[in-house]
Amino acid sequence: MTSREIHLTVNGEARTATVEPRLLLVHCIRENLGLTGTHVGCETSHCGACTIHVDDTPVKSCTMFAVQADGKSITTVEGLAGPGGLSPVQEGFWEEHGLQCGFCTPGMMMTATALMREVATPSEAEIREAISGNLCRCTGYVNIVKAIQYAHAKVHAPAPALAHQGGE
Amino acid sequence: MVTTRTTPEIGGMGHSPRRKEDPRFLQGKGNYIEDVKLPGMLWMDIVRSPYAHAKIVSIDASKALAIPGVLAVITGKDLEKYGLHWMPTLMSDTQMVLPTDTVKYQAQEVCAVIATERYIAADAIQAVEVEYEELPVVVDPFKSMQPGATLVRPDKGKDTNHIWHWEVGDAAATDAMLQASDVVVKEHIYLPRIHVASIETCGCVASFDKIEGKLTVWMTTQAPHAIRTVLALVAGHVGLSEEKIRVISPDIGGGFGGKVPVYPGYVIAIAASVLIGKPVKWIEDRMENLQADSFARDYHTTAELGVNRDGTLTGLRIKTLADHGYADAAANPSKFPAGLYHICTGSYDLKGAHVEVDGVYTNKPPGGVAYRCSFRVTEAVHAIERMVDIAAHEIGMDPAAIRMKNFIEADAFPYKSVLGWEYDSGNYHLALRKAMDIIGYEDLRREQLEKRARGELMGIGICSFTEIVGAGPSKDFDILGIKMFDSAEIRIHPTGKAIARFGTKSQGQGHETTYAQIVAEELGIPMAHVQVEEGDTDTAPYGLGTYASRSTPTSGAAAAMAARKIRDKARKIAAYLLEADEEDLEWEPGRFSVRGNPEAVKTIQEIAFAAYTNHPQGMEAGLEATHYYDPPNLTYPFGSYICVVDIDKGTGQVHVRRFVAVDDCGNIINPKIVDGQVHGGLTMGIAPALYEEISYDEAGNCLGGSFIDYLVPTAVETPHWETDKTITPSPHHPFGAKGVGESATVGAPPAIVNAVVDALWHVGVRHVDIPMTPARIWKVLRDHGVEG
Ligand code: FES
Ligand code: FES
Repeated sequence: MTSREIHLTVNGEARTATVEPRLLLVHCIRENLGLTGTHVGCETSHCGACTIHVDDTPVKSCTMFAVQADGKSITTVEGLAGPGGLSPVQEGFWEEHGLQCGFCTPGMMMTATALMREVATPSEAEIREAISGNLCRCTGYVNIVKAIQYAHAKVHAPAPALAHQGGE
Repeated sequence: MVTTRTTPEIGGMGHSPRRKEDPRFLQGKGNYIEDVKLPGMLWMDIVRSPYAHAKIVSIDASKALAIPGVLAVITGKDLEKYGLHWMPTLMSDTQMVLPTDTVKYQAQEVCAVIATERYIAADAIQAVEVEYEELPVVVDPFKSMQPGATLVRPDKGKDTNHIWHWEVGDAAATDAMLQASDVVVKEHIYLPRIHVASIETCGCVASFDKIEGKLTVWMTTQAPHAIRTVLALVAGHVGLSEEKIRVISPDIGGGFGGKVPVYPGYVIAIAASVLIGKPVKWIEDRMENLQADSFARDYHTTAELGVNRDGTLTGLRIKTLADHGYADAAANPSKFPAGLYHICTGSYDLKGAHVEVDGVYTNKPPGGVAYRCSFRVTEAVHAIERMVDIAAHEIGMDPAAIRMKNFIEADAFPYKSVLGWEYDSGNYHLALRKAMDIIGYEDLRREQLEKRARGELMGIGICSFTEIVGAGPSKDFDILGIKMFDSAEIRIHPTGKAIARFGTKSQGQGHETTYAQIVAEELGIPMAHVQVEEGDTDTAPYGLGTYASRSTPTSGAAAAMAARKIRDKARKIAAYLLEADEEDLEWEPGRFSVRGNPEAVKTIQEIAFAAYTNHPQGMEAGLEATHYYDPPNLTYPFGSYICVVDIDKGTGQVHVRRFVAVDDCGNIINPKIVDGQVHGGLTMGIAPALYEEISYDEAGNCLGGSFIDYLVPTAVETPHWETDKTITPSPHHPFGAKGVGESATVGAPPAIVNAVVDALWHVGVRHVDIPMTPARIWKVLRDHGVEG
């Protein structure tokens, strides 16, 4: 099968990969780009372990060919942490024990990160709905919900009231 | 209440520090089997049978071998040359690695392709041409037991598909007791096949170094040491010697028992690596995982329970047909072919019980393994908790009241059950009362009456389970002859930091955190400075692995015992440094001080340094200890769960409105982790209760073999679990803990079934088998004249 070259922005960095047209994006990310944080749990778009962002939209990367991502910008779990350390979502998962084996976690956090952009203070039902494309076999979801609430609370908390100004 | 003896900085028992293993998982830096990549590594893929029973007429690999990049196609005949086409199961049965003549279940391995790349291997398995001749199939274990049924295992030299018969208890006394009872309730209960479906499937990378003669296998295993020994025993005759085998269990993406067995894929990959001399990687896909890996349950039970009009439970009789598929590849302790099923008298003071189980072969993949509870405790608890509920309804007694009346009393522990178990500790009344208070039981019963009057279907279900975990005492417990102790090795470095290694293997349970907390508790070294390692047989002490909620009862105990050996030596060093008598030293976490002279102190860090720099003459240098812990008894965690359901009469949908779980796992190492274990267990309890089943049609076609058909619950199907606890320490465990990983999976399903039947008893429903899907409940409703 003839391979072709694709150009991607991966976690903010320009990357090139030579891929067969049939190569799944998730395999490109894991094997060609060497980013193994994105996992494979089914290859049939059911488990969500492979969730990444393509141009800021969450996508199950097992349902897309690498060539379809040519020219696009993708973010994986490796791109979540900011310069200051963990992102609010990552921090929430750590604080609230939102992961056990950690296998679903990267995909789960990518979905949660997308939700952060969409809704400021989601209800528990909205969070559960939002992550319903991501299976977790370990946690029973309670602490994942809490982790996501933690992240939202942290980012969208009302700014602290300004302290006394002036010389009263 | 959970109490602590150490500061949060030390982080001993009772604290909930953030998990030490999480930073790598959170940043995509875990090292799971698929992440293992070696230079020159080849890929393996497997051709599987489309038939449940067929003769293999021919395998033509020529077209596959013509594909560039395909190196080999390995068949059973190839393995036969080395005597590797069969292997033992953990239950001393045998199973095929690759068939030489017939396949016995759909999706069985037929042959394997080795190629330079994953996609080429996937192409090649399509190009292998296999000619089959179909044979008669038997999938129903009752038909399988009939005379003249197709023989699944003619190689056994028997003219029946019956594998074994096992019974325990006094049959005559139980019969007499049942006859003397006011009422005997009887029910058929079927627990279907289900699959653990960990989100990571199974796989391995086998790497044979021809020059050193050393085999290294990274594999998804919960029991790396046992696997090493099994490999040495199975392949010793082809030159694999145990000191030259290294099994590494990397980060595991969920196990739940499904990663205990040795699957043919592992063995074929190892054989391929030895033959070709290059590393070989095999990762099964989801459909292979769901169709061919070992299954749980498949128990057909008939239970009878005697009850007097005053609510006293008398005797219990159970007969079970256990469908093991084509091989008895369960992972039970050798002595117990039906596992710990005879815990089936549960939380109740029954005076008589008799249990019979018959194992049978069918044309299905091996069953009887695990689903977050490997030793048949789920089956036992389901039986007794269903029967107690049926008895309560039958005599018109409240299901909570009948339990309260028959519970083993808190002061009766240690309690010897009629089937021979010695329960270590319990307080069943307290746990049930607590669950009732949290959920508002009496109010719910009133609400139910009102709703019923309006024609609405609401049910309240209780399950007061007793678990039996921590296998186990070596006098009774072994797997393939290896006793079920487990181990810990702790070394204190000169600067007072520690490394601790264990014979178990976490698959998400958080051992890197909880074991560090045990060491912190015992030695006062901050848990942040205790490095925990497991899963590498070259470095970790021998142990039987993590399953059956055994890690805390065995390796956790070993950690405490090893730490106490270290503390004993530390006391000697402290006495030397302080020029005091050992007896005059007092220990508090992290330091020895001289009684009456609180200024005279030596910290564990100072003592550690002295152990390498200034130890007493005549004493061995260093500060380390190893302990192999052989538990004196099993542990008996317990709990009471209450579930409230509303049933939609139109659709048959069961909605779990509330679910309160009060668990007692003895003393708690990390409350947050315990909660997490319970949440996960509850979710793997609702899953089979409402959604999951792997069934087969008459021809042996698997009907649940993908995530389209096998409904692992998402966050939307999962209720918001409400958890609480009581604490009844184990009297024989070094720090009073019991283990908790599986309690909730055991306790949740009967609570949900009891709730559904409670909602429907008044229309004549006595029992519903799981999974209670909308379709099944819809039919039950219509059969009982309930319209939508
Ligand atoms: S691997 Fe993509 S959804 Fe499961
Ligand atoms: S943490 Fe294991 S699957 Fe989610």
